Amino acid sequence: MTVYVKGVVFEGVDFDDPNSWKIDAYIKRGGYAALKKILQEGITQDAIIAEMKASALRGRGGAGFPTGLKWSFMPRSFPGQKYLVCNTDEGEPGTFKDLDIIVNNPHALIEGMIIGGFAMGISVGYNYIHGEVFEAYQRFEAALEEARAAGFLGERILGTDFSFQLHGHHGYGAYICGEETALLESLEGKKGQPRFKPPFPASFGLYGKPTTINNTETFASVPYIIREGGQKFLELGKPNNGGTKLFSVSGHVNRPGNYEIPLGTPFSELLEMCGGMRGGKKLKAVIPGGSSAPVLPADIMMQCTMDYDSIAKAGSMLGSGAVIVMDETTCMVKALERLSYFYFEESCGQCTPCREGTGWLYRVVHRIEHGQGRAEDLDLLLSVGANIAGRTICALGDAAVMPVQGMLKHFRAEFEHHIEHKNCVAPGY
Amino acid sequence: MAATRLLSDDARKEIDRELAKYPAEQRRSATMSALRIAQVEHRWLTNELIEEVAEYIGIAPVAVYEVATFYNMFDREPVGRHKITVCTNLPCALSGGADAGKYLQQKLGIGYGETTADGRFTLKEGECMGACGYAPVLLMNNHSMCKHMTPEAIDKKLAELE
Repeated sequence: MTVYVKGVVFEGVDFDDPNSWKIDAYIKRGGYAALKKILQEGITQDAIIAEMKASALRGRGGAGFPTGLKWSFMPRSFPGQKYLVCNTDEGEPGTFKDLDIIVNNPHALIEGMIIGGFAMGISVGYNYIHGEVFEAYQRFEAALEEARAAGFLGERILGTDFSFQLHGHHGYGAYICGEETALLESLEGKKGQPRFKPPFPASFGLYGKPTTINNTETFASVPYIIREGGQKFLELGKPNNGGTKLFSVSGHVNRPGNYEIPLGTPFSELLEMCGGMRGGKKLKAVIPGGSSAPVLPADIMMQCTMDYDSIAKAGSMLGSGAVIVMDETTCMVKALERLSYFYFEESCGQCTPCREGTGWLYRVVHRIEHGQGRAEDLDLLLSVGANIAGRTICALGDAAVMPVQGMLKHFRAEFEHHIEHKNCVAPGY
Repeated sequence: MAATRLLSDDARKEIDRELAKYPAEQRRSATMSALRIAQVEHRWLTNELIEEVAEYIGIAPVAVYEVATFYNMFDREPVGRHKITVCTNLPCALSGGADAGKYLQQKLGIGYGETTADGRFTLKEGECMGACGYAPVLLMNNHSMCKHMTPEAIDKKLAELE
């Protein structure tokens, strides 16, 4: 279910109309007007990047890095080939927004990428799409065909000197490829193992060429910013947290789904939009930004607004905007056990602290959950975590540790109960 | 040329379409797509098939083998006619994902990673498919996603499959 409340990505999309994703419908709701404006009014690359900076759009993939700033890092005058890459390898547990963007409004993404290509002087782009959503890959390929046929994509776009080629690339099941340098390795046809940074992709990216990588939702926000102005986008949200954002709400709510709402909306309002807690149960905890974000207990969460700064202040992170809601019946040990298994399974095996450490974390949480926990296990978990975090090439190691730290910070008593009594405080999952 | 040609002309054409997306000197970029296309045609990836893909792309077999063993949607062992992957990760589990997995195990009489004796179904436990709001979610033969798979919906789906 996708619910448009207020925002830029799904503005005007009719979710009940099976043709709403098509180019005619997209143009009717103002699509490709931004691209035409740029090419026909001679808007400069600098002006586009300035508009992006003014919008305060922050990367929607998880890191929240300012998009305009990232675009300004691309060495535009570099004489050789440069690449633009979209990261649709959406595999962070809890996140399912990019899937809905590609299925329901693929041209917003395509137009955003074409504009990005123009602004940074790039002529070739790829969209790396998560393996498990093959149907979204097919939808994207179909939309590309439409855009080419309409003259928005390919050689000499709209009769100008600007050319831009864009292709879909389908992944085949590896969470790690959401990490941008692993994604580049995978695009090159290799195992998805992250690269050391620096050099950063802006100087050494795809095939060793300067490359800019942004998330699907980030690109899909670009046409609105160019059409309506960065200031208007900023004002939809709050300072330093410009615009609206898609929140993927899953777990114990009545209506799970994607909700596009202004950044800064109180969590309590978002929960209401989702029809409240399933079965009228009490809220216990929320993981506010995808499985890697530290969990927050209900009382803290109910005080938060949904934006980067508020969630960071509460000790977690907004991440990709994946909100995992858990009610009073949820056993936090079991919940953590499943998440720890995920990181263990998905570690690419390149760095020893992550490859070995994620296995330790999982096995220790597993034995606590299964009544074999030892008194020293909680300190052991924190110690193993401290030996992973910050000691690996990419952030997967940190991502495996943060859920453990968050759970032990806020729900330590529940883990102690498990160890002492060999049973759960809560009966549910 | 390999002694027996495993990839059909259609598959080769499809691989050609993928190869055209990348610079001429970067044919390796099409490895994942080529393996996907080969797997759709042959259900799972034998060493011979991997070698033929490598030969067609023009890269070392070990480079293709590396990719085939790294990404978890590639099957390196025989699978049934219908491979069912169920997401049991936390967001899905909170909405019946783990229960759907248990129901399938019971109904098919097999565990995760196993195939029914008649070769009809293989059941796998999957990681996040990026569709948590549609839980419980099943992926059929890697490419077709089934959403909101309650026990009734599972019964209906299984009955449709030969």
